[in-house]
Amino acid sequence: MEFFRIRRDIPFMKNALLLNAISFLTFIAAVFFLTTRGLHLSVEFTGGTVMEVAYEQPADLESVRKVIESLGYADVPVQNFGTSRDVLLRLPVQAGKSSGQQSEAVLAALKAQNPAVELRRTEFVGPQVGQELVTNGLLALGLVIVGIMIYLAFRFEWKYAVSAIVANLHDVVIILGFFAFFQWEFSLAVLAAVLAVLGYSVNESVVIFDRIRETFRRQRKMNTQQVIDHAITSTISRTIITHGSTQAMVLSMLLFGGPTLFYFALALTIGICFGIYSSVFVGAAMAMWLGIKREDLIKTSSKTEGDPDDPNAGAVV
Amino acid sequence: MNRYPLWKYAIILVALLISALYALPNLFGESPAVQVSAARSTVRIEPSTVTRVEQALAAQNIQSNRIQLDANSVKARFDSTDDQLKARDALEKAFNPDPSDAGYVVALNLLPRTPSWLASLGASPMYLGLDLRGGVHFMLQVDMQAALQRRADVLATDLRTLLREKGLRHGGINRSGQTIELRAGDAQTLGAARDLIRTQFPDLQVTETADFRLVGTISPEAARRVQEQALKQNITTLHNRINELGVAEPVIQQQGADRIVVQLPGVQDTAKAKDILGRTATLEVRMVDESMEAQAASRGTGPVPFGAERYPERGGQSVVVKREVLLTGENLTDAQAGFDSQTQEAAVHLTLDAKGARVFRDVTRENVGKRMAIILFEKGRGEVVTAPVIRGEIGGGRVQISGAMTTVEANDTALLLRAGSLAAPMEIIEERTIGPSLGAENITKGFHSVLWGFIAIVVFMCLYYALFGVFSSIALGFNVLLLVSLLSMLQATLTLPGIAAMALALGMAIDSNVLINERVREELRRGASPQVAINTGYDHAWSTILDSNVTSLIAGIALLIFGSGPVRGFAVVHCLGIVTSMFSSVFFSRGVVNLWYGRQKKLKTVSIGTVWRPDAQNAAAKAD
Repeated sequence: MEFFRIRRDIPFMKNALLLNAISFLTFIAAVFFLTTRGLHLSVEFTGGTVMEVAYEQPADLESVRKVIESLGYADVPVQNFGTSRDVLLRLPVQAGKSSGQQSEAVLAALKAQNPAVELRRTEFVGPQVGQELVTNGLLALGLVIVGIMIYLAFRFEWKYAVSAIVANLHDVVIILGFFAFFQWEFSLAVLAAVLAVLGYSVNESVVIFDRIRETFRRQRKMNTQQVIDHAITSTISRTIITHGSTQAMVLSMLLFGGPTLFYFALALTIGICFGIYSSVFVGAAMAMWLGIKREDLIKTSSKTEGDPDDPNAGAVV
Repeated sequence: MNRYPLWKYAIILVALLISALYALPNLFGESPAVQVSAARSTVRIEPSTVTRVEQALAAQNIQSNRIQLDANSVKARFDSTDDQLKARDALEKAFNPDPSDAGYVVALNLLPRTPSWLASLGASPMYLGLDLRGGVHFMLQVDMQAALQRRADVLATDLRTLLREKGLRHGGINRSGQTIELRAGDAQTLGAARDLIRTQFPDLQVTETADFRLVGTISPEAARRVQEQALKQNITTLHNRINELGVAEPVIQQQGADRIVVQLPGVQDTAKAKDILGRTATLEVRMVDESMEAQAASRGTGPVPFGAERYPERGGQSVVVKREVLLTGENLTDAQAGFDSQTQEAAVHLTLDAKGARVFRDVTRENVGKRMAIILFEKGRGEVVTAPVIRGEIGGGRVQISGAMTTVEANDTALLLRAGSLAAPMEIIEERTIGPSLGAENITKGFHSVLWGFIAIVVFMCLYYALFGVFSSIALGFNVLLLVSLLSMLQATLTLPGIAAMALALGMAIDSNVLINERVREELRRGASPQVAINTGYDHAWSTILDSNVTSLIAGIALLIFGSGPVRGFAVVHCLGIVTSMFSSVFFSRGVVNLWYGRQKKLKTVSIGTVWRPDAQNAAAKAD
């Protein structure tokens, strides 16, 4: 089987300007939704109590809501979680009451209304922990960015490092934009997914850059744009297949993983889809705008200068 | 060129054997068990305990299929949960005839059904996190400021005692916050007091002010020591409290400088667990102020006199007590309900540590006929648990409180007093309860995610890359095996995010094989001979694989450093998965390929699916 029967290099960079404009607009839209709507943060970040209860019959959300309101909570989100029999409640932090008391009281009230209710899980996070998680999350993001940039600058050159990071931050912002736009819950697991995407989709840029470097060495007559086109064309089948495989795994999580893994898998899905796009059109195009040249790379590996067919001349895919 | 030296095959074989061996215990499942362990440090678990368990079970006609003794517990396994529950009741009766004074913890448990020959190799199944097996997780924050304040209180009291013993007259000692202020009348007293503090109170750093005052603060090292001790004592107290719950494998550990994580797997009665843990109580012993003003104040008809405080008593009245703290919960080592040996009245027996015993002797000698109050502070509110009259000097640190108490009250008081011996108040800052059914469901969901994803990838790889796809799939299967056995060996906690990381690791591991296979195809397309194509394909893909794995590892390590809770579980498996994937998809899969193709000197074709050549087709088109 062979899906990719490509005869000539596809002129990816011909439309780079247009696509970059689209990227830029998506990016702006994501930032816009992030600032206006904000992320719907889970209790892990905001502090508070989450309760998941299960009924034997499909739950009547309205009556559950009434019970909660009768306990003096206003505007408590009551929603189905996974199936129509499972209900998720979010209680805000109440001064002077421990989380245990809160969830006990709510459960007792729900039991009084319908004895068939079963407590599936509760989760309470104090406000001080939430604050810490936000800080640690940002620190982790910072560490990943700096770590990857240093590594890429060391392996390639600063222009590549900058392009790769811009491409991947573009992905991250767009994932966050999706979460802000649809008001999907942003939990710790989603944060982990975002950071994993960051590490994962840098791979993509690395593979393409590796091939760009290789092409610069082998094809001395091509100009930069042709080199990039050639590099992307020759790696595109690998790109689609690996992302397809990873996506198969993620899709399996999305379908079978239940509600706990749903948003995690969703963040990965968006990350993987935009990862392909961004490393081709954002990363490579950025590298082009930044003006990568043959000389930049040859200079850093002077050893191989005289022999473009040196088998140790770096990776090619 | 595509042949591994023998030692490389040996490495692969050894890795395969070891990982299969250590992944094996995960297949055996768990059997219901009852575990008997000591609730008090005075109770020993010995080989004779095993005999007692056997006898108790035999008396009730319950069959156990294995009874084993380990470091601090006896575990009996059963075939069904029915037997398990019956056995629990039987053992509870046999070991704890008096439920109010339980010497043993009899708890339900699930034990891995690992065969003993595997267990003797140290192999055990993966350690499942709470979200997979159900249970309660708490994170408690110890209030260190309060611990320091209490330390300052104790120091101030000690200082007063010392100065009185030395006959040094001073204008009063006050504690405000964490500092102690001593007012000396003149320079001479000031000097004497300062010298005394320097020699007798190494924990205090003193500074002098112009108007003959000494201000003492707790030195940094002492503060650190106080905090460490507070944390240690709280952990011990939590251990004791949790013993009351009868949990098989509680995890109580320090996290960071001032936090304690408590995990109670399999606990169903979460309300009781929260109740017992959530009690953030501290205990103080003070003298009751018996002056006229104080008595008026306790009736509510006058102001509380200076140097005294009013606290409500259990039962509605209030008691006015002196500010001075004689003893704290720190000095109380045990409190048990029981009976007075002479009058057979219900009583509470207290055991004090050496310092507590000394102070108690002095206090009781000087205050015969007066009342002392034991006050429990819970979340900043004090309540007098009991305020008994001192009948005579009590030495030796064994104290009995009796009179006007029912057995139930004695039990309650003992429990409260035990609960009160926390060194510093704690607050629950994170809490997670997972019902057992949800845990089982999470395992199934996680397992299905991995399984179906794995199947999808294997089917695709085999179709698209033919035999090379089969090799890649074998390598991927080996990766799962490696990952599972590593997790089992390290006994790292596997959580649902951890399973997600495993799925993701497999999705990413196949990346390396796709890189290799595509590269081999490309070499073939360029017209390289099969053996050369395989060789260069692997060699050239390697540096790309390394690059991409390093960047993923950077993200993984960042998560490991800054992540906590679920993210940490994800990060551990993510990082391990990256490392194992490099071994399995490159080193191992190459080994398989070499084994298959390496011997054939005149290899004409390799089975790697269609190798499409644009020029070949062009040629064909021209021929048409």
